[in-house]
Amino acid sequence: MIAELGLAALWLAAALAALQMVTGFLALRDGGAGELAGLIRPAAMVQGVLVTLSFLALVWLFAVTDLSVKLVAANSHSMKPLIFKLSGTWGNHEGSMLLWVMVMGLAGALIAAVERRLPERTMNATLAAQGVVSLGFYAFLLLSSNPFERLPVPAAEGMGLNPLLQDIGLAFHPPTLYLGYVGLSVAFSFAVGALLTRQVTPEFARAMRPWVLGAWVLLTIGITAGSYWAYYELGWGGWWFWDPVENASLMPWLAATALLHSVSVLASRDALRTWTIMLGVVAFSMSMVGTFLVRSGILTSVHAFAVDPERGTFILALLGLFIGGALLLFALRASTISEGERFAISSREGALVFNNVMLSAILAIVLLGTLYPLLTEAFDVRVSVGPPYFNPVGAIFTVPMLLVMAVGPLLRWRRDRIERIGKEAALFAALVLAALLLFGLLADVTLLPLLGLALGFGLVVASLLPLRRRKLGRTPLATWGMVTAHFGIAVALLGMASESAFSVERLAAVGEGDSTTVGPWTVVLQAVEPVAGPNWTALQGRMAASYQGGTPTMIAPQARNFWAPPQQTTESALVTRWNGQLYAVIGDRAPDGRWQLRLWWKPFVPLIWLGGLLVALGGVLALLGRVLTDFRHRRLAARIAERRAEREALA
Amino acid sequence: MSAWKPKHQRLVLVALALVALVGAGLLAAYALRNQASYFYLPEQMLSDPPAAGQAVRLGGMVENGSLKTAADGVTLTFAVTGKDGARVPVRFSGIAPDLFVEGSGVVAEGRLGPDGTFIADNLLAKHDENYVPRELQDMDEHQAAKMAEETTVGIE
Repeated sequence: MIAELGLAALWLAAALAALQMVTGFLALRDGGAGELAGLIRPAAMVQGVLVTLSFLALVWLFAVTDLSVKLVAANSHSMKPLIFKLSGTWGNHEGSMLLWVMVMGLAGALIAAVERRLPERTMNATLAAQGVVSLGFYAFLLLSSNPFERLPVPAAEGMGLNPLLQDIGLAFHPPTLYLGYVGLSVAFSFAVGALLTRQVTPEFARAMRPWVLGAWVLLTIGITAGSYWAYYELGWGGWWFWDPVENASLMPWLAATALLHSVSVLASRDALRTWTIMLGVVAFSMSMVGTFLVRSGILTSVHAFAVDPERGTFILALLGLFIGGALLLFALRASTISEGERFAISSREGALVFNNVMLSAILAIVLLGTLYPLLTEAFDVRVSVGPPYFNPVGAIFTVPMLLVMAVGPLLRWRRDRIERIGKEAALFAALVLAALLLFGLLADVTLLPLLGLALGFGLVVASLLPLRRRKLGRTPLATWGMVTAHFGIAVALLGMASESAFSVERLAAVGEGDSTTVGPWTVVLQAVEPVAGPNWTALQGRMAASYQGGTPTMIAPQARNFWAPPQQTTESALVTRWNGQLYAVIGDRAPDGRWQLRLWWKPFVPLIWLGGLLVALGGVLALLGRVLTDFRHRRLAARIAERRAEREALA
Repeated sequence: MSAWKPKHQRLVLVALALVALVGAGLLAAYALRNQASYFYLPEQMLSDPPAAGQAVRLGGMVENGSLKTAADGVTLTFAVTGKDGARVPVRFSGIAPDLFVEGSGVVAEGRLGPDGTFIADNLLAKHDENYVPRELQDMDEHQAAKMAEETTVGIE
């Protein structure tokens, strides 16, 4: 019954999306005068409610493990802990797509409910565009991946969830990324709406900005969490593998970062109009490309839940329709959008344009590297592209970008003299050079980590310079956000560079009672013992790890065996200190009875994720600042209108 | 510095963006040709070996009876076999993936040593039916089909 209700709600929501689309375009044609226009906002809001109900129905089915539903039987298990039953709702293809459309529906409902700044015509066009995008996803879900399909005979027991995914990280990682993707879809709808009505104004940028900021924050958190998840769950000691699936989340982030900066220029300076629109289209296109790569089965990874060519074709068709349509519209309309304000090369706009171009170049490099293996496979040549390509080629564009990032925020809008910020630039250059010399001469570090360390030290200081000579209490929240985010980039950069420059690895076979060392650590393998969890058994190595002979910390890495589905995973054990992390993995037993241990000492590695979180925090501060300012403006406008009405009444 | 001339600004911006993007594209194309790691089957590696030290990948079946652990307890040696009796010896130091056993498929990432032994930095094995290294898909399709059949009993 619940399943049927969920399905019915989903069909109704799809019908409302169609209504939203049709009335939106009709209203656009008659200039928003007709009665139909009044239907658009309610349609979007009710659609949001219905699709949420549908998603909750699926969550319920997973919570009670209703094995008569095919999706539950194929992905869940009655013995699974409740939290993983719930998170298993979106740990599969159909459920994750339903999550996607739910978030999209809620976003549509939210703009329909609160966005009143834009001209009604632009709003209608925006909601119509949102309707087109949602309808495509509803069709995909209902026609090729129905989550509520019943089995003719209920299964006796479910097949379980991939153990790699039975982790608290999964409960939050995909939803945050999806929220980010969908936020970009809203930005896309705004861009298309503005193109349709040719209203590319600062007001439009201010309406779009919170969505871009929010999406960007969530993407940042999602990528950071995903990276940490891969780091401790896969047991390979790495934190970024340039895996196509990782790239699929990085590409929208790069585009969103560029969009975020250009939308700020548009909002405060009314420049970069067409460029912002273009980035709005590109950012969502990258989310779609990411979804296509991950969900089509064209790549195999832990994220490719179901290899189904039909679905791949469907997503590809949607991708072509949306992106092709948007680009066509862009080509037709871009030339009719009047040019915005101009600016000098040495101005804050100039610096932002430079960084936008660099980000786009990095995006191009990641995209080409990700698609290249797919291209060569068409010619029956199998290649894989990894760090030897991405690291150096990406760095060629990242280094200039970081250099400009250090001084750009110090420049004034419109036009400025480079000499005015000479002292700050010199300070930054001196720090970078000092660090280069110090690490270059004292430590044996390869080029890329060396550059990373030097730029990281320079940026940590340079990113705080915009706060200088300001009253800290009166600095706008948005400025704090910018400073925090840039500081976070510097922190993450230091972590990455330090990890690749100073990591020490030890691979050894150790008998029970024996010890081994890695960097400053001594690790004693006390015993290897069997342990059991709710749906797994494991061999656990009990170890005492002591830093430079200090008090030992007990750690217990495991090799786990899951039985539904049968699979083994490696559970690493971590010891975090202020100056780095010890990472331990236990492997097989050698024929002579010793155990394989793999240990890493990774100085300052947690800075990578700390930096990522700081970047996200910066985004949150900026978002708060913008929303609060907007709120204040609205209240002020309302009060002025009130006064005027009073005065008129008196007169 | 003066502001750009009215009509020219958009043109300059477009040109700048295009130059950077085309530059990035050309650079990427150049680097991809040199840095992409090619996939070899054992018979290909014997007939047309890659340059020693070039990062490549080797995929095949782990020969039965060839897997040995060296005295240090962490170095594995084994042979990967392909069609027509082609056989490449492999050396790997590290923790083998969980489902790495004799007679199963494996993809080794690494480089060919001067003595004809493949030095692997990393091994990829079949994880479960949802996560198979791409190159292994063709090799044990019948196994995958059989496994899927067994696990879906009672579902459809």
